[in-house]
Amino acid sequence: MKQKMRTTLRTLLALTLGLGAMGPAPVLAQDPPRIVIGPGVIEPMPIAVPTFIDEGGAGEYAAAISGVVISDLEGTGFFRNIPEDAHISKITSFDGGVAFEDWKAINSQVLITGAVTVAGDRITVKFRAYDVFNGQVLDGAALQFAGTTDSWRRMAHKVSDVIYSKITGEGGYFDSRVVFVSESGPKNQRLKRLAVMDYDGANVAFLTDSASIVLAPRFSPGGDRILYTSYETGFPQITLLDVGSLARQTLDEQEGTMTFAPRFSPDGNTVVFSLERGGNTDIYALSLSSGGLTQLTNAPSIETAPSFSPDGSQITFESDRTGVPQIYVMPASGGEGTRISGGEGRYGTPVWSPRGDYIAFTKQNAGRFHIGVMRTDGSEERLLTASFLDEGPTWAPNGRVLMFTRETAGAGGQTSLWSVDITGRNLKQIPTDGPASDPAWSPLLP
Amino acid sequence: MSIVGKSLLLIAVLGLAACNNPDRYGAGGAGGAGGAGGIDTTGLGDPNNPTSIAYFNQTVGDRILFAVDQSTLSPEARTILAAQAQWLMQNPGYAAIIEGHADEQGTREYNLALGARRAAAVQNFLISQGIAANRLRTISYGKERPLEVCSEEACYAKNRRAVTVLSAGAGA
Repeated sequence: MKQKMRTTLRTLLALTLGLGAMGPAPVLAQDPPRIVIGPGVIEPMPIAVPTFIDEGGAGEYAAAISGVVISDLEGTGFFRNIPEDAHISKITSFDGGVAFEDWKAINSQVLITGAVTVAGDRITVKFRAYDVFNGQVLDGAALQFAGTTDSWRRMAHKVSDVIYSKITGEGGYFDSRVVFVSESGPKNQRLKRLAVMDYDGANVAFLTDSASIVLAPRFSPGGDRILYTSYETGFPQITLLDVGSLARQTLDEQEGTMTFAPRFSPDGNTVVFSLERGGNTDIYALSLSSGGLTQLTNAPSIETAPSFSPDGSQITFESDRTGVPQIYVMPASGGEGTRISGGEGRYGTPVWSPRGDYIAFTKQNAGRFHIGVMRTDGSEERLLTASFLDEGPTWAPNGRVLMFTRETAGAGGQTSLWSVDITGRNLKQIPTDGPASDPAWSPLLP
Repeated sequence: MSIVGKSLLLIAVLGLAACNNPDRYGAGGAGGAGGAGGIDTTGLGDPNNPTSIAYFNQTVGDRILFAVDQSTLSPEARTILAAQAQWLMQNPGYAAIIEGHADEQGTREYNLALGARRAAAVQNFLISQGIAANRLRTISYGKERPLEVCSEEACYAKNRRAVTVLSAGAGA
C-alpha cells in the first residue's frame, strides 16, 4: 500500500507532465500529498519530523515541540512517523538545503522541518512541510507562530493543525481544550470536579473543588465561558462559569425547579436547557442579554438534551413522548419537532456537528451502549462504538472526531474518556490522571 | 406560600444539610442497609421512638421502588407512602426532601429527568394524602448516587427509588 501510494503520486505527476505537453496543465500537477478521510482502510502516510532546530535559547523546547507535532499527527491514525534513527540525512539548519533523495529513500512522503527560538518568556516556532517527491513546500505550510513559553504546546498544536489541514483538506482540531468532569471515590459516593485539559489530555487545570456534584459542562462558542449543572445550591441548577476569572453565577434559579442539560446557541447569546417543574421536563431558552425565558416544548413527556444546529435555526433534542427516548429536530423557536431516529433501542444526547452534516448520539440497545452518527434527517445511521456504557459524544472543532465517556460495569466501574473518528476508526482512550467523564470540546483556540 | 412558610422551609432545608446529610442518597435506614458503609446515624433518634427519624426510616419505610423507566406508584409503594403521609400528619415538625433516583442504564440527562418524575410522583401522592405542599421538596440525583453498585438487575431494582428524607425544623 505504501508502495502503491508512492506509485500513484509518481504516476499522477508523470501523467500530468505528459498532458502538460499536449495542452493546458491540469491542477493535478500541483496536487500535494493527500489523505481523503472517508470509508475504507487508510494506510498511514509515512512522514519524517526531524527534531526541530534550536535557533537560540530553545533548549528542550525544540525537541518537545517536534515531539508534540509527531504525537498529534500520529494520533489521528493517518500518519506514521519514521523514527529519527532511520533518517539518512540530518536537518542541521532550517534554511539550509534539503537532500530530498535521502527522504525519498526512506519512503517519507512529507518532511516537516522546524526551528524554535526562545527569548525571555517568548517562544517562536516556524516550520515547513515539504512534499518530498517534488521537493516543494506544501501550499501554505510554511508559517511562524509566537507566544509565551507557557503556551509551547499550543505552538506545536498549531503547526500540526496546519499540516493536518493541508493534507486532509479538513479543519484542524489539535489547538483546542476539553472541559470534563474529573472523578474520584467509590461508585455510590463519587466526587466530581470540573477540569479542563488540552485535547490530548495534557495541561489539566481544575475549575471547581469536589464539594458538590457537577455534571455535563459545555463550552461557549468563544471558549471563554462554560455552562454546567451543579448541586452547589443543594439542588441541580445550571451554572455559568467565566473561564478567565472563574467567577460563576447560577442561571434562572426558580424555587422548586431543576435546570440541567444546558448548551449555548452558536452566537453565544442564548442558553437552551431543560427545566423540570412538578416532575415534568421541557426545553427552554434563556437570553443571556435580556434574561428573557422562552418555553420551547410543552409536553407531559421528558424533553431534554437540546443542541443547536450550527446556523442556529434548529434544535435537536431527546424526548420519550412515544414511551422510548428518541431524537427529534424542531425550529429554534420551539414546537413539537420531527422525529429523526428510527432504529431499535433508545436514543439520547443528540449533538449537532459544528459542520452541520451529522448528529452524534448515544444509543442503548440490547444491553449495550453505542456512540453513533446519523444525517440530520436520521438517515445513514452508523454506530461507531459498543460497550457496557458509552455516552455523551462531543464534537472536535472540525466535526470529524468525537470524544465521549466510557464506563465499565460493576462495583469497581470507572469512567474514562475516549475518542473515535466518525468513520469508526481510531478508537482510543484519552490519558487522564484518574477517572473522567462528560467531555466537551472547545472550539479551535484563536 | 406565605412568607412565614418560606422561611420555615428554608430552615428545614438548612437543617437537613447540617444534620441529616450523612443519610442522603438513602445510604442508611430500611431494607437491611442501616448502618452499613460507616454511615453516621447519629441525630436520627431512637428507632423505638415512633416520633424519631430513625423510626420513620426503618419502620414506616423511607423509600419506594420503581419499574424500569417508570414513575408509576405500585400498590406496595402506595401502602408505604400512605404510612409516610400518616406519620407526617402526626409529626408536623418535620419537613421532607424527596430524592428521585435512577439506575445506571440510561443517559445522565434522561436519568435526571426520570428521577425528578419519580420524586414528583411521591410528592403528589403525599399532597393528595393531606400533607402541606410547603413541607415537601423534591430533588433528582439521576444515576449519580446509586445505593447498590453492582451492574445487575438485582442492584438496578434497588437503585430505581424515591427516598423521603426527613428534617426536623418546620416548627419542631
